[in-house]
Amino acid sequence: MTANIHILPGREDQVWQKGSGGNLACDRRSLAGSVTQRACAFCGSRVVLYPIADALHIVHGPIGCAVYNWDIRGSLSSGPQLHRNSFSTDLQEKEVIFGGEKKLHASLVELIQYYQPKAAFVYSTCIVGLIGDDVQAVCKAVSRETGIDVIPVESPGFKGTKKTGYQAACEAAFKLVGTGDTSQIGPYSINLLGEFNIAGEAWMIKRYFERMGIEVVATITGDGRVDDLRRCHGAKLNLVQCSGSMTHLAKRLDEDYGVPFQRVSFFGLEDTARALYAAAEFFGDPALMERAQEIVYEEIAKITPRLKEYRKRLKGKKAALYVGGAFKAFSLVLALRALGMKTVLAGTQTGSAEDYEQLKEICDPGTVIVDDSNPLELAKFVLEKDVDLFIGGVKERPIAFKLGVAFCDHNHERKIPLAGFEGMLNFAEEVANSVLSPIWRFAPRRMAQALNPKEDSHHECNC
Amino acid sequence: MLEGTTSEIRERKALRVNPAKTCQPIGAMYAALGINGCMPHSHGSQGCCAYHRSQLTRHYKEPVVATTSSFTEGASVFGGMANLTTALDNIFTIYDPKMVAVHTTCLSEVIGDDIPMIIAKAKKDGKIPEDKIVIHTNTPSFVGSHVTGFSNQCASTIKYLSKSSGETKNVVNLFPGWVEPADMREIKRLAGAMGLDYILFPDTSDVLDSPQTGYYKMYPDGGTTLEQLEAMGDSFQTIAMGPLCSQAAAEQLEKQCNVPAKVIDLPIGLKATDAFIDALRVAGDVSVPEEIDKERGRLVDMISDMSQYFHQKKVALFGDPDHLISMTQFLVDVGMTPAIVVTGTPGKKFERRIHEICADTNPDVVALAFSDIHYLHQWIKQNPVDLLMGNTYGKFVARAEKNLPFIRFGFPILDRVGHRAFPTVGYAGALRLLEKITDAFFDLRDRNDSDENVELVL
Repeated sequence: MTANIHILPGREDQVWQKGSGGNLACDRRSLAGSVTQRACAFCGSRVVLYPIADALHIVHGPIGCAVYNWDIRGSLSSGPQLHRNSFSTDLQEKEVIFGGEKKLHASLVELIQYYQPKAAFVYSTCIVGLIGDDVQAVCKAVSRETGIDVIPVESPGFKGTKKTGYQAACEAAFKLVGTGDTSQIGPYSINLLGEFNIAGEAWMIKRYFERMGIEVVATITGDGRVDDLRRCHGAKLNLVQCSGSMTHLAKRLDEDYGVPFQRVSFFGLEDTARALYAAAEFFGDPALMERAQEIVYEEIAKITPRLKEYRKRLKGKKAALYVGGAFKAFSLVLALRALGMKTVLAGTQTGSAEDYEQLKEICDPGTVIVDDSNPLELAKFVLEKDVDLFIGGVKERPIAFKLGVAFCDHNHERKIPLAGFEGMLNFAEEVANSVLSPIWRFAPRRMAQALNPKEDSHHECNC
Repeated sequence: MLEGTTSEIRERKALRVNPAKTCQPIGAMYAALGINGCMPHSHGSQGCCAYHRSQLTRHYKEPVVATTSSFTEGASVFGGMANLTTALDNIFTIYDPKMVAVHTTCLSEVIGDDIPMIIAKAKKDGKIPEDKIVIHTNTPSFVGSHVTGFSNQCASTIKYLSKSSGETKNVVNLFPGWVEPADMREIKRLAGAMGLDYILFPDTSDVLDSPQTGYYKMYPDGGTTLEQLEAMGDSFQTIAMGPLCSQAAAEQLEKQCNVPAKVIDLPIGLKATDAFIDALRVAGDVSVPEEIDKERGRLVDMISDMSQYFHQKKVALFGDPDHLISMTQFLVDVGMTPAIVVTGTPGKKFERRIHEICADTNPDVVALAFSDIHYLHQWIKQNPVDLLMGNTYGKFVARAEKNLPFIRFGFPILDRVGHRAFPTVGYAGALRLLEKITDAFFDLRDRNDSDENVELVL
């Protein structure tokens, strides 16, 4: 089965096995013709800004771009739900020829009158970049007319991968920063950057900091509000979780407002604890550190007995993970290790050279590391390494299931919070439920394996 | 989430709020997946391809494979020729499909890439192996909708591949339109039961509903084969189901190979299935077997059993024109009253058809093409209905309207699984639809009726 699956020529150096030496190439565009799991710059911008719930998000382009990301991420809002609607200028042939500026202008004015949003983001798509609409001028004009901030997001898809779009999103968000009143913000205050409140995770994390006595000025962008962005420069520290998407904004806040930032993760016990300690240490108040330790002890004590149970049942199982950004991969490797599991395949869509160096360090010998992979490659390694669990997103899920392998969604379609201490327990529970599910015994490949453990790898397939 | 929608319908000149359509390329991709051993290829930015694959995966819960030209800023200035050529080379070297079906995107259309020229040159330069095929279709996202993309892919495939050998065979071509894999399976079952030799195109059964084996197949077993695609030119007739999805392909084949085209509605509901069975009967010069007669009888029986619950029930529908036309007819046939029928796909013909179907029972029916779910919602607020039918996005409307009974129907369905397992076409499909409708009504009553009003027997 696996012998006749090849790695795409030109991609050999984007696949690396720990113990083999050499370097992993990354940060390049996908090869034309590959079945890449990656998306485009527009997608990157859209997913980063969309959780700002009281803003209007309008996609300037043909209808598809607005449809495919319409409410697909579970970024929860505790208040307004405006962001969950889909607004599009639905460009038609006529506008492609004669320009879409007028239509955009009219759309914005209508929507702003109707919904009275706090601000508006206008996303440029491929075609807008090409027909040369002056989106900036339209935004400026509508801003003047309506009195709200109308912010263009420079995100034509062809500009690059999601990473390019993240940067455009950060630039757009940054336009709001510095326009709000910061006088009420206390000395122990932070922003959470790159936390999107999937399944309510931001709320859990926020509670830890509040218990410590640290004020969370803004979560960017989970459960986000325009006014929080306006005043987030008043916070004293930025904690950046999804580094791929938000490091740029953190850097801008550092450069222009002198707010330093630290990369953190809230996945897994160790990383969550480390993040709380990092904040306490930054403010240098021993009382903060004491409270952080209390929280960590208390929370870990609460879940340890059940975690141990799961660990017993999961020990020795093998996992493959393919996720968007590298920082999540680090956390997952550690979290899986805490469950007694081994990561045998780790990959990301958008990791940087420095990310992969770190990933190589924390992985076990023999772990395969891939950059910008595709279904065939993933399937190859899953079978070769006889993986028990796959962690990925929407496109990987059915592949894992076809292979008769358990799956955990650690992407934006996850339905339960996996961050923080409780999240680790949820994670263990979800992993155990899937890995130990009776269904895999019925997968023909597994049945054959059970009968004849050695024959398996010679199975033919038409890949 | 839609609580803020106001009932006062506002004039909108410019935009789409909560669309009832998506763009052409995804339809082309779905149709191409119904060809055996075919790799759909998206000639544009890589986001398009990723989006279409994800959306199809969410709907079908299956791996969906397609490749992309991965446009860059350079390609958008200088054209996508180099990208497509490299892509074709890579695809055949590594993924080894029998065929690649290229579809364009808004980006490559506006750039003006001449796809046939690029394919010809790639062939000449040896980038495409001798025994392999590359076809293309034009699917600019700013024209039509996902449904027309499907239609374009079907017509283009025929244009490239179907041939007439001069000898007509006793085979009928069946073009099912954009329906589920389970529907395609059902259409084949019915044609088989009628005793006809047929070619179904496209055929996504055993592609997007493949069994779990423990192995991953990039090209699942199903799909219309290349031999069948060529041989369609020798069939004695085409039955094209759903004018918007299938008519263009049928007419192309008629023009190209003199295969007469018969265009009928999608066989959803009683009347449209009757028309389908009759078309098969006439085509094959056969009589309808007792087995199918009985299926029909069971459907009519259930309609009469439950008819008291259907009468005058007002229904709001949104989705794709072919589906809506057949469904509206079915609702009228069981005694219900379609009140508003909305599609995002442009085209006045759709509106005319809906008005024709409802002329006797509800001349005031609102039929709108090129509209959206927001409009539908506002209209419902002023004109309450008893039932909503549409894709998954309808659930927010249903919630905002105090749990209005809602039946998922159409594409995409992102939050239920039945659509990929059970057909809605044919008499069996109509039975299932009736079950859904009655369940929706009865569940609401069982939940909301006061104690003294709860009925044991319904």
